[in-house]
Amino acid sequence: MSWIPPLLVAIPLLTSAVTAGLDHVTPRPIQHALVIAASAATTVLAFVLLWHTESNEVVHWFGGWEPRHGIALGIDFAVGPLAAGMCAVIGLVMTLALIYSLTFMRASARLFDALMLAALGAMCGFAMSGDLFNLFVWLELMGAAAYALTGFQVERLGPVQGAVNFAITNSLGGYLFAIGIALIYARTGSLNLAQIGNTLSHGPAGGLVIVAMTLLLCGFLIKGAVVPFHLWAADAYAVAPAPVCAVLGGVMTDIGLIGVSRLYWTVFDAPFGHGHAVGDVLLWLGMVTAVLAGTMAFLQRHLKRMLAYSVVCHIGIMLAGIGLLNSAGLAGAELMFLAHALLTAGLFFVAGILHADHGVIDELHLRGRGRGCLALAAAWFAATIGLVGTPYVGIYLGHGLIDDGATELGRRWVLVFLWLGSALAGGALLRAGARIFLGWGDAEDPLLGKAMEEDPLERDVQRPLLVAVAATAVVLGVAVSVVPGLGQRAEYAAVRFQDRSGYAARVLRDHPFPATPSLPVAIQHTSLESLLYATSATVLALGLALAGLYRRRLPRVVSVLARRTLAAPIRVLREVHSGVVGDYVTWVAVGTAFVGGTFALLLHG
Amino acid sequence: MSYLPYAVAAWICLVGIAGIATSRNLIQLAICLTVTQSSSYVLLLSVGYVRHGKAPIFVGTKLGTTAVDPVVQALTLTDIVVSVAVIALILALALDAHRLSGTVDPDHIADISG
Repeated sequence: MSWIPPLLVAIPLLTSAVTAGLDHVTPRPIQHALVIAASAATTVLAFVLLWHTESNEVVHWFGGWEPRHGIALGIDFAVGPLAAGMCAVIGLVMTLALIYSLTFMRASARLFDALMLAALGAMCGFAMSGDLFNLFVWLELMGAAAYALTGFQVERLGPVQGAVNFAITNSLGGYLFAIGIALIYARTGSLNLAQIGNTLSHGPAGGLVIVAMTLLLCGFLIKGAVVPFHLWAADAYAVAPAPVCAVLGGVMTDIGLIGVSRLYWTVFDAPFGHGHAVGDVLLWLGMVTAVLAGTMAFLQRHLKRMLAYSVVCHIGIMLAGIGLLNSAGLAGAELMFLAHALLTAGLFFVAGILHADHGVIDELHLRGRGRGCLALAAAWFAATIGLVGTPYVGIYLGHGLIDDGATELGRRWVLVFLWLGSALAGGALLRAGARIFLGWGDAEDPLLGKAMEEDPLERDVQRPLLVAVAATAVVLGVAVSVVPGLGQRAEYAAVRFQDRSGYAARVLRDHPFPATPSLPVAIQHTSLESLLYATSATVLALGLALAGLYRRRLPRVVSVLARRTLAAPIRVLREVHSGVVGDYVTWVAVGTAFVGGTFALLLHG
Repeated sequence: MSYLPYAVAAWICLVGIAGIATSRNLIQLAICLTVTQSSSYVLLLSVGYVRHGKAPIFVGTKLGTTAVDPVVQALTLTDIVVSVAVIALILALALDAHRLSGTVDPDHIADISG
């Protein structure tokens, strides 16, 4: 039995409690050192755990309550390479965010650090948990910390609105999830994922399991900000402080997708794995999310809101990869998560620095004001190119693996949607970068809507430190596609993750996985099609960025045609994102009913 | 087996969601959220109930005595504890909204959109 998995949760949570409890006695520097040390220690341990999981799934039963005769009695953490890798990335992004907030959040209340560590512990616990109810508890814990962090600066109405919308939609998601747990427990009498999967693999599934699956998956899709459950994300990320955004957008949104894949491959693969219905629903949701959120990103002028939609867009691409239900698709989603987490965090860090320097975070207000900040400009453009997936940069390798997965199933058309989404989101970010750092484009653009009220955040920050943190995140993220051996290991991790009976045997009966094949340490090759798709997406993103900057110079025919066809859909899209929580909850209800109805049609009978 | 508790749970859940969707007051909205959540308590308890079962305290009872499921009450309790924190947070935010804008109507605090 390994002790590392519980430590990944215990270290941040205990430090969080100590930090909060001794808040008034400890001097500030000691407290900061303690918090960053705890986060860094968690990250290092996660890497050690990753190394341990290479040969076998690491299982820890709390209190030594190990299963008897294949029946789970206790509560477990079961960690494979995928979960351990997730914990490592989460720890890394959190550590960077904490270092960044050393000077960025200096004036804030001290409980900030305690909340960040609580979120870290909860995310690690979520990624490793092998118990359905514990997934719910970790989900709620990270939620509570995140709502408080979003509404951390309540001097204006915006953060209150963002935090309220975030808290209410996500809690509702949690409650749907709780109802799903009750139904699954009623059907199987167990809360252990491996055990539930084993029970459901005997006999037909029936309507109860379909309803339970709908509620459980929708709970995670709300957390993961998948269309139509995504509406809260942009409100929350637009108002949260930059280091919080880096954590929320970089890793916490993606947690929902980890939940979806964990549930599918430990539980629902058993009754529904013979068909492709569940995967198809996820695939379509992912494609719609990618294109819709990409479009919304292009219509923003508030940098953090633009980044929020870019996050949602990439969530869609990853969900589509997961929905392919093969190992290449999941491995692609994994690698995309890795690159996307670091690059998004880097972009939020840069946006925070711009906000601190100039007191505004609006693309048009910032026009030309970033001239001369070479380091910031380089970080912004490198991260953007990485997020578009230009060949061998950033998310490219992940995207390439998703391409392979789609080609394997004979569904090449999926890729068109995915690349269109990332080109739209990337085009928006390139346009903003060119406007801010190069001073290109017009100073006014009615397409981008009205400016939002902003809080003048001019802070006395240690700029070199902030720039260094941003640059570290971006460099690591850009390099993901050229790390030798990473692609092969991701695919192997995905194969192990998808092996339901192997997982169950390991957890319940302590049977080891088959020996690990020796994996080459070479840069993963990608197909020619991926190369072409990626290049064309980059060209499209550049074109869109230029079109956004110099809309008035487009030929008259084109602009009239574009206005006639696109004006109405854009207005409807904007109206849907109304900022009113009641509307969001209605969309949650409609979305859940739609997903459930589709499952019922496809799976029943 | 009676279907009534399940129907009640479904009804409470839907009523709560309808309440959240139509509410014009953040405090009422938080209450609606707890209503939605209480449907999961009803559901859990009806799942774990065994007719003529004893309370699950096994000190001094014979082996093989029928008892209700002890797991569901633990789940319900955890569920309550977890959500109390969230509700407290939402109420605190409602206070802030009132302090900043003089209203707790979610339509009026919609500062950002689009």
